[in-house]
Order: sequence, then structure tokens, then C-alpha cells
Amino acid sequence: MPAYAGPSAPRNGDIAGTLRLLAYLALAIALIVLDHRGGWLAQIRARSELLVQPLWWVAGAPARIGDEVRDNASTRAQLAAENGVLRNALLISGARLSRLQAAAAENARLRGLLGAGERGGLDVQLAPILDVDLDPTRQRLILDAGSRDGVEVGQSVIDAGGLLGQITGVTAGTATVLLITDPDHAVPVVVARNGVRLVAYGKGRSDRLELANIPLSSDVKIGDSIVTSGLGGRFPAGFAVGTVMSLQPDDSRAFLVGQLKPAAQLDRGRDVLLLKSRADSRAAATPATSATGHPPVPPAALPQAPQPESTSPSTPAPTRAAATTQPAQRAPKP
Amino acid sequence: MSRARNPWLLPLSVVVALLLGLLPLPDLLRPLRPYWLALVVAYWVIEDPDRVGLGFAFAMGLLADLAFGGLLGEQALRLVVMAFILQRFRAQLRFFPLSQQALAIGGLLVNDRVVSAAVHFTLGEPQLPWSFWWAPLLGMLLWGPVFLLLDTFRLGRRG
Repeated sequence: MPAYAGPSAPRNGDIAGTLRLLAYLALAIALIVLDHRGGWLAQIRARSELLVQPLWWVAGAPARIGDEVRDNASTRAQLAAENGVLRNALLISGARLSRLQAAAAENARLRGLLGAGERGGLDVQLAPILDVDLDPTRQRLILDAGSRDGVEVGQSVIDAGGLLGQITGVTAGTATVLLITDPDHAVPVVVARNGVRLVAYGKGRSDRLELANIPLSSDVKIGDSIVTSGLGGRFPAGFAVGTVMSLQPDDSRAFLVGQLKPAAQLDRGRDVLLLKSRADSRAAATPATSATGHPPVPPAALPQAPQPESTSPSTPAPTRAAATTQPAQRAPKP
Repeated sequence: MSRARNPWLLPLSVVVALLLGLLPLPDLLRPLRPYWLALVVAYWVIEDPDRVGLGFAFAMGLLADLAFGGLLGEQALRLVVMAFILQRFRAQLRFFPLSQQALAIGGLLVNDRVVSAAVHFTLGEPQLPWSFWWAPLLGMLLWGPVFLLLDTFRLGRRG
């Protein structure tokens, strides 16, 4: 390094500068550690997110305008095609719904016979996603709905496919969703087929979840659908979480580790559904159901419920039906 | 170089940098997103050392951490490290031609990635995919345009 102005003059400044650097570094590291541990910093963080809320709003504006322009510019033919697709989707949903209603009535009757607690109906609220790119190592979403719209911390977030995540932060106009694929996230689940209770962990990738510590004897198979168990009281029972894609022995060779494909479309879509918190009534109902050994059945899996021990070729059929109807519903969006 | 003509340019440039960082990009382009805020902070550290120093870099880093929803303090740490190195070599950097300056900034941006990776490694947080290491290259290429643009706004038309 050639010394132009002579490094001798600002010697004192150098030392002061280094000291200040050290002070700031120490402060930053303290913040990082405190934030990593969670705790009281979360409170301050929630408050100060109000500060950046307008930034999110402005950054989301191009996407909103783009959507609007696309909506306005779509031709009659496009609209007609979209209408056709939606009509088909509605027909399929209607057919499935009528089947479900019969099943729900039967379920209610059987539940009455068992004397078990009632599981409340689905009470949801639609919330648009605010389209901004957050830190790519974290799996979060910002919703364009906040405490003003009745959103609360702890609400479960779903989409047409299944469970997306939960609300972890709320400001007046926005809410932060922690996705189930975030590495900090874990969700208690059961295998829909046989009721084995497990925990699904996020891996930081939007197309993968991990089932850790599966006992070797537990009869979990590739292709099994995994639903929330409702244990812990945070998530209501019976929402699809994912499908088992692969199973390997873990390092200790005493357990299996499974890779899941999430049921929800975590990186697509413009809107999500927020479940109204009825956690207390459900939390009371779920231990009873899981204690009796009847796994809660997801709405999508109901048609296959009568033959849980059916052979493997027939089991993928309902899931495939579900998989084909979802793109049909999503198709008009892009 | 006496007084800044436009006192609003500093906050405005930071806001624009934050917005560019939040702007949704297609999945393919996301790894290439340059670290706009670092470019802007680097410009101000080099050109306006009286007003902008480590404290400014720290505050902007905190703001960015809040905006991007990352670990609070991570970007503050990264920007403070960068601002410190820039301050040390400011005398030399100012007399570099723009191309050499861009090379130096590119080096700093790579260093920034290393610092970020080190923080994530220490805490056991997930690392960014490897494709994100291309971003410093793009940042380096953008240094010239950003520098000239900000200079034009700051000094008025006489450039």
C-alpha cells in the first residue's frame, strides 16, 4: 500500500477507529446472539417491525400493480378459458363436498355414540400474501393483513393443499408467517394410515420437510400421507402436512429419517387461509381422539378412510385426485 | 466537495437500496441480486466521511435486518466490517480509477459473503446455496453505474 497522505498523521484516529469498530462489532454480535436465542428481543423486534411496514408495502406494490395490469389486460378468450377451468374445479369440489357432507354427518353420529368432543367446523379467513423477498435463508411470508383484520399470533395458516405454517408476528397491517419449512419450525404429526405419532421438522428448503426419529418398527412407508396430530395444541388436528418421499436409516441406525414433500404449495399462490383460533376447544378434543387410537382423518383422505388396510396400488388414487385438482385451481393465477 | 447539495439524497438512496433488496424476483434471478445497500453505504463512506461512518453503517444494517426479516445484527455486522475497511483505504480508493474501485468493491462484497457465511456457520443457521456467490460479481459490475448516478445527483449537473 503506497502511503499518500502519510499514515503517521492520523495515528490517533486509527486507534480510535479500531476501538469504535470493536465496540460496534461487539454490539452486533450481542444482538445476533440475543436474537438467535429468542427471548426478550422478540418483543422489541415486533414493535420495530412497524417501522419497516411501509417499506414492505412499497416493495410489494410492483407485484400488486402487475397483477392488476394482468387482470385488466386479459382477453375475453383467456377469461372464458379460465372460467371453464374454474367451473370444472367447482364441479369437482362440489362432488367431493357432497361426499364429505355425508361422511361428516356419519362422523358426527358416530362421535355422538362415542361421547367424544365435537370438532368444530372450518372457520377461515382469506389473506393476501404481500409479495416481498425476505432473507433467503429463512422461510417466512408477509401477509397483507394484520391485527386490524383480526389476525392473531399463533393462528395456523393453510392453503388448498394443507398446512403452510403459523403466524409469529402481527402489526396493524401485516403479519409474519413462519412456514413449516423454516429450520426453526417443528410440527407434531401422525401418519394418516396407522396413527404413528412423529414430528416434522423444517429444513430451510421450500420443497422438503424431515421426519426424524422414526422407530424402525413403526411401519411408515414411502407414499404415506402425513397429517397434523393436534398434539401440543398449536395446530388443529387433521391437516395434510406432506407425503413421505424417502426413508433412510439415520446415523445411529436405530431410527429412520424420512423426507417429506409438503402438501401445501409453499412457494406459489397469492392468498392463504388463516384458521380462526379455536385451539382451546380442539386441544380438548384431540387428546381424546388420539388416545382411542383413531387417527384424525384429513378431509382429503376421507374417501380412503373406509379401507385403511387396502393394498398399495389403490391408496395413491385419492392423493392423485387431490394433486390434479389443485393445479386446476391454481392454473388461472400465473 | 464542500456541502452536499441534496441533503435528502442520503436517506433516499438508502430507502431505494432497501426496496431493491425486497423487490420480488423470479427464482432464477434471486441468487444474483446484488447487495444494493452495501453499494450505497460504500459510496457514502468514500464520498462523505464527515457524516457517514461506522455508526451509520451499523444503523442501516439494523434497519435492513428488520426489513429483510433476517437475524437482527447480522447485516449490521457485515456493513460495519465493510465500512471499516473502506475507511482505512479511503485515501487510496478515492484516487483509483472507477474500474479499480469496482474491483476493490467486488473484493469487499466477496468478503461480506464470507463474513455472512461465518456468522451462519457459527450459529448453525442454514447456509445460502452456492449460486448466491455470484452476486458479488454483479455488485462489482454495478458499482460504476451506482457511483456515477449518485455522484451526478449529489454534485448537481456539473458532475
